[in-house]
Amino acid sequence: MRRLSTINIAALALGLAFLYLPIAVLVIYSFNGSRLVTLWGGWSLRWYGELFRDAAMLESAAISLRLALISASAATVLGTLAALALARERFHGRLLFAGMVYAPLVMPEIITGLSLLLLFVAFNFERGFWAIAVAHTTLTLSFVAVIVQSRLATVDRSLEEAAMDLGCPPLRTFLTVTLPLIWPAVASGFLLAFALSLDDLVIANFVTGPGATTLPIRIYSEVRLGVKPEINAVCTIMIAVVATGLVIASLLTKRSQARQDRGALGARL
Amino acid sequence: MAAQPLVTFDRVTKRFGDFTAIDDLTLDIFEREFFALLGPSGCGKTTLLRLLAGFEAPDEGRVLLGGEDLAGVPPYRRPVNMMFQSYALFPHLTVAGNIAFGLKQDRLPKAEIAERVDEMLALVQLGALAQRKPDQLSGGQRQRVALARSLAKRPKVLLLDEPLAALDRKLREETRFELKELQARLATTFVIVTHDQDEAMTVADRIAVMDHGRIAQVGVPAEIYEQPNSRWVAEFVGDVNLIEGRVTTVYPSFVLLERDGLRLRVAATAVVSPGTTAWAALRPEKISIAHEASDSAENGAAGIVTDIGYLGTVSRYKVRLDCGLVVEAAMMNASRRASQTIGVNDRVWLSWTPEAGVLLTR
Amino acid sequence: MGDMSKTTNTRSSRLIVLAPYAWLVLFFLAPFLIVLKISLSQSTLMQPPYAPLLALDAGWQGLKDFFGALSLDNYAALFTDALYRRSYLKSLEVAAVSTAILLFIGYPVAYALARAPRRWQAILVLLVVLPFWTSFLIRVYAWINILQRDGLLNDALLALHIIDRPTTWLATDSAVYIGIVYSYFPFMVLPLYATLERMDESLLEAAADLGAPPWKTFFLVTVPLSLPGIAAGALLCFIPITGEFVMPDLLGSSATLMIGQTLWTEFFGNRDWPAAAALAVVLLVILAGPILLYQRREARALERR
Repeated sequence: MRRLSTINIAALALGLAFLYLPIAVLVIYSFNGSRLVTLWGGWSLRWYGELFRDAAMLESAAISLRLALISASAATVLGTLAALALARERFHGRLLFAGMVYAPLVMPEIITGLSLLLLFVAFNFERGFWAIAVAHTTLTLSFVAVIVQSRLATVDRSLEEAAMDLGCPPLRTFLTVTLPLIWPAVASGFLLAFALSLDDLVIANFVTGPGATTLPIRIYSEVRLGVKPEINAVCTIMIAVVATGLVIASLLTKRSQARQDRGALGARL
Repeated sequence: MAAQPLVTFDRVTKRFGDFTAIDDLTLDIFEREFFALLGPSGCGKTTLLRLLAGFEAPDEGRVLLGGEDLAGVPPYRRPVNMMFQSYALFPHLTVAGNIAFGLKQDRLPKAEIAERVDEMLALVQLGALAQRKPDQLSGGQRQRVALARSLAKRPKVLLLDEPLAALDRKLREETRFELKELQARLATTFVIVTHDQDEAMTVADRIAVMDHGRIAQVGVPAEIYEQPNSRWVAEFVGDVNLIEGRVTTVYPSFVLLERDGLRLRVAATAVVSPGTTAWAALRPEKISIAHEASDSAENGAAGIVTDIGYLGTVSRYKVRLDCGLVVEAAMMNASRRASQTIGVNDRVWLSWTPEAGVLLTR
Repeated sequence: MGDMSKTTNTRSSRLIVLAPYAWLVLFFLAPFLIVLKISLSQSTLMQPPYAPLLALDAGWQGLKDFFGALSLDNYAALFTDALYRRSYLKSLEVAAVSTAILLFIGYPVAYALARAPRRWQAILVLLVVLPFWTSFLIRVYAWINILQRDGLLNDALLALHIIDRPTTWLATDSAVYIGIVYSYFPFMVLPLYATLERMDESLLEAAADLGAPPWKTFFLVTVPLSLPGIAAGALLCFIPITGEFVMPDLLGSSATLMIGQTLWTEFFGNRDWPAAAALAVVLLVILAGPILLYQRREARALERR
């Protein structure tokens, strides 16, 4: 078995401490009973209570969740199609297409946000919830596409050919053979798109309109005014939700992975 | 054999970019034949199979099945089925699910599907494993599932793409005979693609040897082996001594070939004229090796044994002839001590009849 | 063989390509053209706040007027105004320095991850990725908690007698670097880990067998072989950091004015859309090299697999 040297253990420990210490501080202080952020006033759920009485914050949370659900769904469909196109189809303008799929992954958000806003203005598209939904779909479909495409690359092309050879038309082949094999990637693509949409501030701030104040926009405007214990509480809840989702997702994929590994082992014996 | 071919490739050309995979190829395959496409990798044999299955479309020419042009017919509407080299078993379906897959596409009644799956499982003796997933099977079991799946729809033609390549040697040799027996029992047309000449010889009724997208030779196995039509076929199928020489005299039944003082009599299996270059293709097992010269032999040469390879059933002798040419001869180890009678550095005499060799002009 | 009806499957495959293609052309490519166009326009006090507007009902003359009124004035302004120049340079400086720091601290962590026992690796990678899934606003906010004047960092340093009175951490370059390094940490570690993990361990054994001590093996074998990961990680960090807005806005001061903030202010503060558009175009031109490099690598990596 492989063992880690002291230096490696130290690197890992320091790296993880760097990642988790600030979050731990934030979480602990969300349970602080004191009004002063920095003074420890004993454990308390006071700020969570305040939070649930803050109608504006709750409304923003509802908007953000709805937005994430809609844009992640659209991005999952479009992104999966884009992945299929890149992995399986030959067509004109493939290079431009690949460029457009990969570019949003690294494009500074400020440019994406500005350009989408100017598009909406040019076409008199009302700024607000649906503008953000379109913007988030555009941004996140690239992430879905890359995840699904890398999974598709591991799916033996001859499986799809075998299905067609056995009389299965293309659409049904996709649904009965390809999709079951790539679903973990599609699911994690959806989760990532959901998280990115929930997270986005810059793009949303460009294309938002009245009545579409998302959670990050609201938190941002509060944070600019200084640290507030209530914000610690919001952040803690968000962290808990994301962590739970991720752990469930990784357990799901791990189990199917483990099954495959066991199978491969069985075949070798 | 029926007069009308079941499958016809009519002047088919297929290119991938600059690469010509199939080059103006014409070929007929008849009903109930076990037909082998034999050739080295890259010769176009798999492409030919994929053209028939419908995964590729010819750039020129036609592919006919039962006299009907297949152009524009997608793979899922062709009454041919393929067994893939990788087997392409659906990892998310059970053995039974894999075999039933094609039948479900035809919307057969449930009872009929179940019956046909059982029949197929019995055919390949996998009844006990029906509910296993492919990754819980051994290589040999997977191979049989793939075979059962491609046979379940009772295709007009079964296409087999290197079906035994992934098996280890012993299993591969057993499976060859099973395949042949199965084909005879089902009376279905089988087209197999292989790079393994032993495999092609064992299973096939007829073999097409392919090279660079063209057919080098078509014939029954014995024809391909005993009467190759070119040096390339002779060398690809089995082991051969190719002796280049100048044609000096042409007699009605044999030809005189000369090289470095060596004079060979070769049966006139090809039309040649004096002064041209030709080759005698001599299989090692057709050359006899002995310590003493036999006067009666029409072809003979003396030399020194430089190397002996003991292969069990036969031993192979590398002999450097006095003229400098190195020739390989093979002899059955009929008696247990036969291999010991000739040793390295022994001076030996090789002899063969004119009919042992084939005269080749290309 | 009457059941062999002759249909082709081009209809469904055309849809597969067309739907995402159309979406990306409409919402990714077209907006850039509009940005380009507006960057050539003049700022006005009207709604929308730029001119000329393309008047299609005026026909050919309208089109001619439209193109006649376009100008490069905004770009000229970019190069003459010191504020713009400074914020571009600051952005590149922050991006370069942060990327270097990230590489320096990310490499040991990625290396340790890759060398960890197999059954721990999945969970360790998950631990590194987890914070990335939480909102970056939360990540910045967590640091504000720590860096503020009466925050934990000062408390700790005071308690340890390293400093004798609170230091200002917020609104400094350090705070911006801390925030950026923290937020982009997984972007550096994961590509590095991916290449290091794939590396054949027998190569290290071969190097040792041939007489190279561990540190030499590291620099002569491990580092050169992980160059693709280094390049991927560096690009993945450098490009978005250059356009970063939130970190300098919340953690920095006027001294750390990066191009993202300048653009934001021009757009939302001064309502000078043409200037903001010109800023975006120039930023894109600056980043075009790295972006194309990244795309080529990404496309090649995916195609190879």
